[in-house]
Amino acid sequence: MIDNNQLLRFTTAGSVDDGKSTLIGRLLYDSKSIFEDQLESIENTSKQKGHEGVDLALFTDGLRDEREQGITIDVAYRYFTTPKRKFIIADTPGHIQYTRNMVTGASTANAAIILVDARHGVIEQTRRHAFIASLLQIPHIIVCINKMDLVDFKEEAYQNVIAQFEAFSAKLLVKDVHFIPISALMGDNVVNRSENMDWYQGAPLLHTLETMHISSDINKVDARFPVQTVLRPQREGFIDYRGYAGRVASGVFRPGDEVTVLPSGFTSKIASIDTYGGALEEAFAPMSVSITLEDDIDISRGDMLVRSNNKPEVTQDVEVMLCWLNSSPAKDRAKYTIRHTSNDQKAIVKEIIYKIDINTLERLEDDKTMSMNDICKVKLRTTKPLCVDAYRDNRITGSIILVDDATNETVAAGMIV
Amino acid sequence: MSKYYLNYLDELESEAIYVLREVWAQFQNPVILFSGGKDSIVVTHLARKAFYPSKIPFSLMHVDTGHNFPETIKFRDDLVKELGANLLVGSVQESIDQGRVAEEKGKNATRNALQITTLLDAIESNKVDCAIGGGRRDEEKARAKERFFSHRDEFGQWDPKNQRPELWNLFNGKYFQGEHLRAFPISNWTEMDVWNYILRENIAIPSLYIAHEREVVWRGGTWIPNSEFLVLEDHEEVVTKKIRFRTLGDITITGGIESDADTLEKIVDEVSTMRQTERGNRSDDKRSESAMEDRKRQGYF
Repeated sequence: MIDNNQLLRFTTAGSVDDGKSTLIGRLLYDSKSIFEDQLESIENTSKQKGHEGVDLALFTDGLRDEREQGITIDVAYRYFTTPKRKFIIADTPGHIQYTRNMVTGASTANAAIILVDARHGVIEQTRRHAFIASLLQIPHIIVCINKMDLVDFKEEAYQNVIAQFEAFSAKLLVKDVHFIPISALMGDNVVNRSENMDWYQGAPLLHTLETMHISSDINKVDARFPVQTVLRPQREGFIDYRGYAGRVASGVFRPGDEVTVLPSGFTSKIASIDTYGGALEEAFAPMSVSITLEDDIDISRGDMLVRSNNKPEVTQDVEVMLCWLNSSPAKDRAKYTIRHTSNDQKAIVKEIIYKIDINTLERLEDDKTMSMNDICKVKLRTTKPLCVDAYRDNRITGSIILVDDATNETVAAGMIV
Repeated sequence: MSKYYLNYLDELESEAIYVLREVWAQFQNPVILFSGGKDSIVVTHLARKAFYPSKIPFSLMHVDTGHNFPETIKFRDDLVKELGANLLVGSVQESIDQGRVAEEKGKNATRNALQITTLLDAIESNKVDCAIGGGRRDEEKARAKERFFSHRDEFGQWDPKNQRPELWNLFNGKYFQGEHLRAFPISNWTEMDVWNYILRENIAIPSLYIAHEREVVWRGGTWIPNSEFLVLEDHEEVVTKKIRFRTLGDITITGGIESDADTLEKIVDEVSTMRQTERGNRSDDKRSESAMEDRKRQGYF
């Protein structure tokens, strides 16, 4: 095991027919991540269902209802490791009625795989998936043009998809896009290089995932440290110890740095950065540490330590792109609990500015309702200030959820504009 | 120049510590569900790291089936003493004696399903509002859909089709009176990650995981340990083999594998070449295709 192996989280969105499950099954199977007892169970099921050979798609079946209906309903997480990286797949359904699950899977992903059927080219669903990937600011997108075996492995189908995709993705905030022609069913260009497509000079999918540069995906500039809890051991050797426990959201902190506590605005210097394994010279995202300061300041959960020369905005009014996740629509001017980093406040939806038609990307300015799977730009007003960055600069200090106090359900997820 | 990224084990560790701190901050009376198995041992180790230099702030809760490996109980008691932690025990035997549950009958009878009642009773009587478990999403297909913070209704039931969406690292731990949550800090770890971490951190584990000589019986494709609870069939024969266990559960259902791996290094090597899932040796998961989903819906670990 190589010690510097990184973790890469990617999401796959797709529907029943585009071969998503087959692709994941192929990735797991060809990278030898499937165990014999799992294979045996799939072989039996394939036989019962009258399939020829092993149906790789069955590897991703989860809950009983999903097996019975042959669809993915909820996000499922899957794991595999190669000598180069550990991978976490957030396997999400692609149908429009499951937009919320796609958004969930995308929220922590470094990369998104978007599947396109080579026979049909870019369709409405492709545009929706690309929009969600850009909305959630997934740094890398891999468009897999699948079922190349059904178009005789011709380059034309591949080039058509690239042209179609680039025509509309110009409007989206997408940084890094790869296009790979594959056949998930036959295994071409998934783990192993295809022997049927000499015209394709690029890397197969797995190699692309293994070598993609992800270290720079994390914001290393804006030092942000949301305080989760305060450690006061009150035992021998640590009588006066007061450590602020949290995970670095972005940037780098070092002992001696001048920091400001938000929202109070008090300043101090970092005395030490502690862990169970010893004190550190520096801490960066996503490390979990405990920070002590030189001065005694009243700090509690929900506060944020930032470097004094680089602060987030402290505000009670935020504009967010909100994805509604709950089957009950948003209530007019209702109050919700808003969660931003470790900070819980109340918030009210003051105004729905517009709704986005997620298939055409058109703005619907007259539609002032928010129902499940709707994505709207809204204005929120909070009871107390939040310390926010724009989501495009910082996925952690730029994201919020809304919780309905009447049901305790998480009803919406938002990206601060 | 410094490198500003973490390797995968450091990232998993940091994520788990973050989850444990969220549990501590969001709940009144959280406990760690401690089985004596490697996953709950790793969670306990992570909790020690998460709150250092404070003491581990959670009680450990053990659901005791009465069909234990003696080694597990000794390990549990030693660890509790070392941590200075509080131990809560829910006893399946007591649940049986009180008539809360009835012992299963027949040769494959186990106390596995009976644990659900004992667990839920223990959660209720100790007023636990969050039970931290060592469940991992790679273990089983129903677990692949599990959240970090997973809601249980007032009957302790899991509703997999109506789970709270969980985005970024914003965990919603809100609940109504009588309900509770389960938290799974090592959701994203695989069996291999757990072993690599145990090796790296040099975490003490029960000797059962390490290859040793033991009296066993071949049953259901695995080596079941001989014990006072085992009823032998006519054709079955007790033999002595060098074995080790990949998971630890009730002694009547946990099968071992033949192995020479008698050090942590050798175990990591062996696990990396395994071609069977670890739960393949657990007869509780073999009862049906949705055995785990069904038990989890009712409130299982």
